[in-house]
Amino acid sequence: MHPEMVRKGGGSPRRATQEDPAIVRWGLTLLAVGAISLLIIVPVVQVFYQAFSHGVGAYLENLFGDRDTRHAIMLTLIVSPIAVLLNVIFGIAAAWAITRFRFPGRTILTTLIDLPFAISPVVAGLMFVLLFGLQGYFGEWLQSHGIQIIFALPGLILATTFVTVPFIARELIPVMESQGADEDLAAVSLGANGWQMFWHVTLPNIKWGLLYGIILCNARAMGEFGAVSVVSGNIAGQTDTMPLRVEKLFQEYNTPGSFAVASLLTFLALATLLVKVILERKTATIQRD
Amino acid sequence: MSISVRNINKRFGNYLALENLNLDVPSGSLLALLGPSGSGKTTLLRIIAGLETPDSGSILHDDEDVTQTSPRDREVGFVFQHYALFRHMTVFENVAFGLRVRKTPRAEVKARVHELLHLVRLEGLESRYPSQLSGGQRQRVALARALAVQPRLLLLDEPFGALDAKVRLELRQWLRRLHEEIHVTTIFVTHDQEEAFEVADQVVVMRNGRVEQTGTPQEVFDRPATPFVMDFLGNVNVFHGRVENGRALLGGFEFAYPDHPHPESCTVSGYVRPHELHISTEPLLESSLAARVLQINPAGSVAKVRVSAEDFGVILNIDVSLERYAELGLTVGDRVYVAPKHVRIFSAHDYVI
Repeated sequence: MHPEMVRKGGGSPRRATQEDPAIVRWGLTLLAVGAISLLIIVPVVQVFYQAFSHGVGAYLENLFGDRDTRHAIMLTLIVSPIAVLLNVIFGIAAAWAITRFRFPGRTILTTLIDLPFAISPVVAGLMFVLLFGLQGYFGEWLQSHGIQIIFALPGLILATTFVTVPFIARELIPVMESQGADEDLAAVSLGANGWQMFWHVTLPNIKWGLLYGIILCNARAMGEFGAVSVVSGNIAGQTDTMPLRVEKLFQEYNTPGSFAVASLLTFLALATLLVKVILERKTATIQRD
Repeated sequence: MSISVRNINKRFGNYLALENLNLDVPSGSLLALLGPSGSGKTTLLRIIAGLETPDSGSILHDDEDVTQTSPRDREVGFVFQHYALFRHMTVFENVAFGLRVRKTPRAEVKARVHELLHLVRLEGLESRYPSQLSGGQRQRVALARALAVQPRLLLLDEPFGALDAKVRLELRQWLRRLHEEIHVTTIFVTHDQEEAFEVADQVVVMRNGRVEQTGTPQEVFDRPATPFVMDFLGNVNVFHGRVENGRALLGGFEFAYPDHPHPESCTVSGYVRPHELHISTEPLLESSLAARVLQINPAGSVAKVRVSAEDFGVILNIDVSLERYAELGLTVGDRVYVAPKHVRIFSAHDYVI
């Protein structure tokens, strides 16, 4: 944006007629702050308070002393990056196809990308069980070939990937739409092959949007419960991810253990949020240039 | 390199962008594709570059069919309308891009980029990013980038469209001089007839996906082939009337028209440019039209006078030289007499009789 315009827009004092009465302003502000405190700040603080209620030593013991909990943390750290990677590939491919080509079914594809947002994660998990489970369509064939998807790592990855499909594609489509294909075409007309064009021109142009999508996707992938719960079978030490472990510890009345894992998840979420804010600042500066 | 465009057709859905289009561009020429928006000129340029594929027809570079050749192998430099500079690369990297993807040795890249930046007069701006440049500078970076790979054909899409008037004038003359220096066959697209006439040595006027007329600026301006070309290349006054027995009768004017000696009458339109109308405060010897001055705008290189010929219900725009304007001492409401110095006659069917 032009600097003069910013100054003009931001600096002009608002006229009194445009201002709402004090009661409305204060009322709305209090309502918003109150709701956020009650629904977000208090629970988050509570998670950490409960987790550390028996001291740091007990906290660490709860997190890393338990073999099953350790395994759950490991499993989440394996499943999430794979799901993110799959969605990076899918997201770039889908955004490319939707913004660069005109083909029949283009609008349907755009809509379908949003489907995982609309579908209940439990239903999503159930779909995979029906497809790949022992009683499912491919169950028999898979079993005879010694491939296990449901109640195993592939199922967890599938379910997590499905639930997080929209994140990266949704971020990239508007970015690529607004940038247009001209720079890509310019690269080609200058003699670049497809890979050179992608690596040197397309990717640098979408990198912030892509990173932003990856962060959101990763946050969702780590926290996914519903779909994963259905396909995992909750086998402790085998198919329990962190959110499943939180629930299981809680059911076993191991409140400190449960909150310890929960606090780790929350911490990861807060870290994600921080990176997201930094990235948003960064992209805003770039766009202002 | 000479370019031949043979029977090109291109459709976008139901919209016919180019219809059976033929064009020859001699080697070393500087040609303007001129037309209103939607006339297909940009589509044609992109097809020549290989950025768009024609539905049928072929493109020849020096008699070699390149219709199926990828744009990266066509040895074409393309300058996009909004430049399409790589925004995350510096000026140097932008210009070097084409050389680097061809694996040119580092030292050679450096030498060539500096040579080009010298050519486009952007030395010292190597490490700037496109966002730190003015419109005219971006335009020249785009040009240097396109020229870096030594294309045999340079294509420019509305090269001056996004610049302000003064920079545009400078860049036009600069492009003209550049072409004289490097002599690479150049085609540019424009909707501005002044730009086409000033820069190009060949002008192709396009309309609705077809070529309306081809020629030097002089030819096209002096002998427009169709009323469309006449109309598109500047203001015109139109008179409706007929021709018969070697005479033309156009709303109050009558003059000899030997091109139509036949006794049967034919409906025609006469086109007269504003500077081709003679204006006087006294009745003229030849058949003239009585009119009243409606409006005068003397600001500029000519005085623009609008008159109304009530007898025929037409309003005419006349360009009067400032000397003549001072001599006549015109004021609004004055009675004047108008006669054409030159009329181009087109039949009602859009072709020259």
